Amino acid sequence: MDLYEYQARDLFGAHGVPVLPGRVVTTSEQARAAAVELGGTVVVKAQVKTGGRGKAGGVQLADTPQEAQRKAAAILGMDIKGHTVHRVLVTPACDIVEEYYLSFILDRTHRTFLAMASVQGGMEIEEVAATAPEALAKVPVDPVAGVDARKAAEIVQAAGFPAEVAQPVADTVRRLWDVFVAEDATLVEVNPLVRDPRGSIIALDGKVTLDDNAGFRHPDHAELADPANQDPLEARARARNLNYVKLDGQVGIIGNGAGLVMSTLDVVAYAGQAHGGMKPANFLDIGGGANAQVMADGLDIILGDPDVHAVFVNVFGGITACDQVATGIVQALHILGDAAAKPLVVRLDGNNVVAGRRILAQAAHPLVTMVDTMDAAADKAAELAALTFVKGA
Amino acid sequence: MAIFLTKDSRIIVQGMTGSEGRKHTQRMLDAGSQVVGGVTPGKAGQTVDFNGAALPVFGSVAESMAATGADVSVVFVPPRFAKAAVSEAIDAGIGLVVVITEGIPVHDTVGFCAQASSNPARTRVVGPNCPGVISPGASNAGIIPADITGPGRIGLVSKSGTLTYQMMFELRDIGFSTCVGIGGDPVIGTTHIDALQAFEDDPDTTAVVMIGEIGGDAEERAADYIRANITKPVVGYIAGFTAPEGKTMGHAGAIVSGSAGTAEAKKDALEAAGVAVGKTPSDTAKLMRQIIKSLS
Repeated sequence: MDLYEYQARDLFGAHGVPVLPGRVVTTSEQARAAAVELGGTVVVKAQVKTGGRGKAGGVQLADTPQEAQRKAAAILGMDIKGHTVHRVLVTPACDIVEEYYLSFILDRTHRTFLAMASVQGGMEIEEVAATAPEALAKVPVDPVAGVDARKAAEIVQAAGFPAEVAQPVADTVRRLWDVFVAEDATLVEVNPLVRDPRGSIIALDGKVTLDDNAGFRHPDHAELADPANQDPLEARARARNLNYVKLDGQVGIIGNGAGLVMSTLDVVAYAGQAHGGMKPANFLDIGGGANAQVMADGLDIILGDPDVHAVFVNVFGGITACDQVATGIVQALHILGDAAAKPLVVRLDGNNVVAGRRILAQAAHPLVTMVDTMDAAADKAAELAALTFVKGA
Repeated sequence: MAIFLTKDSRIIVQGMTGSEGRKHTQRMLDAGSQVVGGVTPGKAGQTVDFNGAALPVFGSVAESMAATGADVSVVFVPPRFAKAAVSEAIDAGIGLVVVITEGIPVHDTVGFCAQASSNPARTRVVGPNCPGVISPGASNAGIIPADITGPGRIGLVSKSGTLTYQMMFELRDIGFSTCVGIGGDPVIGTTHIDALQAFEDDPDTTAVVMIGEIGGDAEERAADYIRANITKPVVGYIAGFTAPEGKTMGHAGAIVSGSAGTAEAKKDALEAAGVAVGKTPSDTAKLMRQIIKSLS
């Protein structure tokens, strides 16, 4: 789960990483009140989970509360790279002497953690890595030993921080590591980390990605989720514990196992090239041991997507038994009744396949077509979707 | 022969007294695996009945190893307790730990992987979030269905469970030496490279199918490794060409971030290393079939 800047700032603050005071607001009137409360010049910052908001006009200075209100009104509702701004963060303006960069990330490749630091902060770190790789220090962190004072000093030295800020930056490094470990993050990034004219070190902007698997250790993380900004079908699927991702095509996909479903999307996209460019409409993994109810839930979500013109159910029965899947499809169609008005192509193989195919054959539902192989079934599903899909409609 | 798991492997199941552990222990026994006991802290001395055969429950992996000579552990412990369970198995110096559990926090996985690579026994960790390891006809450590295919000459290493089953099914007439499900988490113990090298060294494996998916750079690194170290033919398949950037596709590790981790990049890297990459699972099976034919 990626956090908003203000949520990252809250976590930083809770672990002693120096941050500015600030108020998160959802209306321009509240922004005005926040500016009054904070006093002086403020910055109004769009809260979106994407980069480049400064260039898009989503970060603005305001000298007076009236101006803060006006700027907030302009920013709220703004579209930044497809993300609508629902909230702004109002913070005091900060004079900046230097901008640095600091992060800890999960290093998948080396099965460990990595500290990254640079005295060239402020711009996208990918840009620094590409244009001046020598300016970005990368220091592996032993996951067992962690970051102690000595390790923090090593990171600070590797990046070449000026001597006069070495100590406060090292303190920040250790506190940021605390955030990373204590909150089960896979990324904590401060960019920029700034030095102000008085020599103070402040985390001015930050990104945090939390590990969803660690939710059981962090009941408080649940409230950081952002259902309002979720696709409505994705939210519905999540409420039913289904693993669903909305895509932009016309063929609804249901399968068991993440890899097989991903593969099904690809096979449908290939097949669709011969049928007017039909593409997969979603990713939906019903997982192992799917029963009738899970199948009904899955079909309900997919048939409720107006973009879907045909559905491809692709199941390889490993632990899952095909007869149960077939029963699930028949029951789901019965439960859904007239709501199920789109053609279904079903491919079953593996555990109890003969019984599964027999159940579907006996039910002889007019919407269901059984096809023996994954490739042929994908082709059939794309063909059926193209029949009712009108381009530009 | 086979890799990682043979008919002589003696298996214990951590979490055998739970419902998943019990169900899959029965399936492993039915497949002919030598499951010799289970481990559940606090339940030492109990037994669990499997079709008339009573398997002992031990309080720790070390005790179970001392009593049974176990050299493989299969872990079905829930995520909350998984790190402690795997860590205990590594401390006991067992040779292989197969972690089936899905949903383990990545900080925990990083921790036990670091522990495994620094312990003197060099415990091999497979997984987490994986279907396990099967050497058809010999032994089965995990949840891979044993009846899809029999023993044969192909080795298989895969991030995905169901794609493993699909590929075993496609090539069931030829059969497999060992199939290794390495799991779809961002951090895993045994990698494609580890399995490829083991298959290279295994006299009973003549060719290898390698299945990857979007996310990370494991396939790219495997491609480099193949070019330099693997002489046996390798056929590849990558899932996730249509996956959009920034959306996690079911597996915690299956996410395209920026230009990294795309299926296209992985396919290109493998092909540049001389690996034939199939467009679909059936196409991949066809490529393997041609190789087997040309070798016989």
